Amino acid sequence: MKTLIKFMTLAISIGLFFSCGNGTSNTSNQGALSANVAEKVYVAPGEHDEFYAFISGGFSGQLSVYGLPSGRLFKVIPVFSQDAEKAWGYNEETKPMLNTSHGFVPWDDSHHPDISQTNGELDGRWVFINGNNTPRIAKIDLTTFETTEIIEVPNSAGNHSSSFVTENTEYVVAGTRFSVPVPQVDMPISEYKGKFKGALSFISVDPEDGRMDLKFQIIMPGFNYDLSHPGRGKSHGWMFFSTYNTEEASTLLEVNASQNDKDFIAAVNWKKIEAYVNNGGGKKMATNYAHNVYSDETHTATSTMKKEVLVVDPTEVPDAVYLLPTPKSPHGCDVSPDGEYIIGSGKLSADLTAHSFTKMLDAIENKKFDGDAYGIPIINYEDVVGGTVKSGGLGPLHTEFDAEGNAYTTFFISSEVVKWKLGTWEVIDRKPCYYSVGHLMIPGGNSRKPFGKYVVAMNKITKDRYLPTGPEVTQSAQLYDISGDKMELLLDFPTVGEPHYAAGIAADIVKKNSKKFFKLTDNKHPYSVKSEAETKVTRNGNEVHIYMTTIRSHFAPDNIEGIKVGDKVYFHVTNLEQDYDVPHGISMIGANTSEVLIMPGQTESFVWEPKQVGVWPFYCTDFCSALHQEMQGYIRVSPRNSNVQLSWSLDGE
Amino acid sequence: MKKSKLLMFLAALLPLGLFLFPLWNITLEAPQYPTPLGMHIYINDFADANPHDIKNINLMNHYVGMKYIPEAIPEFKIFPAGIIITTILGLIIAFKFSHKWYLYWFILMVSLSAAGLYDFYLWEYDYGHNLDPRAIMKFTNPDGTPMGFQPPLFGTKNILNFTAHSYPRLGAYLLALGIATSLVAYIVGKKELKRT
Repeated sequence: MKTLIKFMTLAISIGLFFSCGNGTSNTSNQGALSANVAEKVYVAPGEHDEFYAFISGGFSGQLSVYGLPSGRLFKVIPVFSQDAEKAWGYNEETKPMLNTSHGFVPWDDSHHPDISQTNGELDGRWVFINGNNTPRIAKIDLTTFETTEIIEVPNSAGNHSSSFVTENTEYVVAGTRFSVPVPQVDMPISEYKGKFKGALSFISVDPEDGRMDLKFQIIMPGFNYDLSHPGRGKSHGWMFFSTYNTEEASTLLEVNASQNDKDFIAAVNWKKIEAYVNNGGGKKMATNYAHNVYSDETHTATSTMKKEVLVVDPTEVPDAVYLLPTPKSPHGCDVSPDGEYIIGSGKLSADLTAHSFTKMLDAIENKKFDGDAYGIPIINYEDVVGGTVKSGGLGPLHTEFDAEGNAYTTFFISSEVVKWKLGTWEVIDRKPCYYSVGHLMIPGGNSRKPFGKYVVAMNKITKDRYLPTGPEVTQSAQLYDISGDKMELLLDFPTVGEPHYAAGIAADIVKKNSKKFFKLTDNKHPYSVKSEAETKVTRNGNEVHIYMTTIRSHFAPDNIEGIKVGDKVYFHVTNLEQDYDVPHGISMIGANTSEVLIMPGQTESFVWEPKQVGVWPFYCTDFCSALHQEMQGYIRVSPRNSNVQLSWSLDGE
Repeated sequence: MKKSKLLMFLAALLPLGLFLFPLWNITLEAPQYPTPLGMHIYINDFADANPHDIKNINLMNHYVGMKYIPEAIPEFKIFPAGIIITTILGLIIAFKFSHKWYLYWFILMVSLSAAGLYDFYLWEYDYGHNLDPRAIMKFTNPDGTPMGFQPPLFGTKNILNFTAHSYPRLGAYLLALGIATSLVAYIVGKKELKRT
């Protein structure tokens, strides 16, 4: 027995010895390695990141702004969803931004941000992003990092192959994922085939002020239009859309839309259609959609209902639309920086299909067609394919490019990023993702001039990558260094909502244009006041308007009497500050809305309907100054039949 | 024309630069102000170094009970008149009078500038010490007397969280150069007299 114990003790000691030894050497190795990697993502305190990354929020409906390589979150820009923090969709000024033909829709599913371009290069003026659910396209101004325009897309449903801009931001393009009856009509779902249509919308962008206008819609066969990208350089003037469900199934799509060996990439010569439309082509169709515009002068949005849209039957425009057969329900549809290759990622396949633009033009000229679909010519597969990447992965989704002729493709099923060479189609490197990557983004990777230093992989599954937070865990992005031959994983960082795509740009292009505050003298809000002397309270029936100001560290006025139960009280608050980063906030006890957060020089309004008699305080919600806690006021609420006169004051004056 | 006379012309004209360039500048640095707050003092105006700086200086200073920097002060009328009169005087001297008068003009300008600086000091003293008795924050010196917030007349000084810099600017240098030139004109004139 004793011997046995001795023997076991010896065995355990040896075990400990060995495991300790191993452990130590492992740790030190990893330590050296991580220190090296850590340096590559370390942005010292007070220093700025090299790139902005605009990462979509997916089901959060917003757009988040990150720095690369640090992965630090700077701002969540409210776009399609109400945001109480910034009063987006809560204050009187921004409620019209969320208006649609279905009324006020306070949420959407934001997918694909794309930065405006000039000559095929990112110019950093605006970011466009699509709302997938109630089809909308939003424009974010990169001087204020605020959403300044939202246009609804009629005849569309599941606005997914959006919002990609053409080489000079002539158009932001929005394609429908779900085909629907166009125009909408009460009909049996089973009669989908041939009767449902897919609308591809071309929204023009004013080169000066960026104003969007739905110029025309191409009414395509009833496929699912999944993703799109613009031609560039030699293929400028074309737009490419991946399609699936060319089976035109309306039920159990996971099976019924996966039957055809090949679906299509639709190649649309939008320049031809633009010319056709400019010469009076197309038909005006009655419809109803909202166009919402926010003004930085009035700090107020207006919503206009548009009643008409110009639709184009593609078979009536010669040589405008072709279908390129592409294997296995292609998802991503990405165009190389030189505009030559259109990469279709058959998501049920292992291989990537690279269509050649040059071959496509040749096939069109020599009519190398293989029939048609609803009158749209289908190009012979062999006569358009430029190459196939035998990836060895499974479930390819999206491809981006660097400046050295390499492409990077994400594989959802095999959970990896694969680097391969354009033209030779050879795989150069592959790195795992944790886990199941969806989109990826290289700053400028969707332009003629990729910056090509990092790739961000946006993963769909997180599991154990971070400290657990119950059943729902954060979504995760991963940053890889792609400056060498081999990719190197540098960083995991959590993201807001579910990122579907991102757009990155060199910070130097954008940051110099970022506004510091709004000029008070330029404020044209109808309820603004420019000084404390102008503040007042007016009554019209039971509607009361308070013209209020804020400046460190008080409201003017801050004592108001003569408000009655049943009044509808509008607070119009102007922030008189004219300095960088001095917002003030205001909230009123019992107001059935959010606080408002007012930037210097801005006016914002909220409504309060007092229901109880008494004296009720309001206060500043943003820690504005050393005397922030003193920044408060009172409103006296009297019974409905009271004779208390309307009065207001600050410091008894 | 004699060299001394030319120099005296130059001396009389140089102070006119005060109408183009600031006389003085006060700059306030603090951690919260990565771009410091600054005020240019012209002979007829207070101006922002960057837009809204004076407004923001006032906003800071009201916490310790300092008065707002006025839109205008009487000096904005007196100083320009003084410069115009002394320039005309200088030109007349250059035209009509001998080099001895150059020295008198020099002495006049030195005295007037000294008076101007003293006046500036008085204004600064009042600005930094004549505080609102209802001031939000009241600070005392170690000896118990109320703390003043007077910016330095010339130089750099720490005032609570701010570092205040107060230095002459191009306008003041042109004035000084003009005054110095009149002295040179006098000396050159004296030498010219000996030679003849």
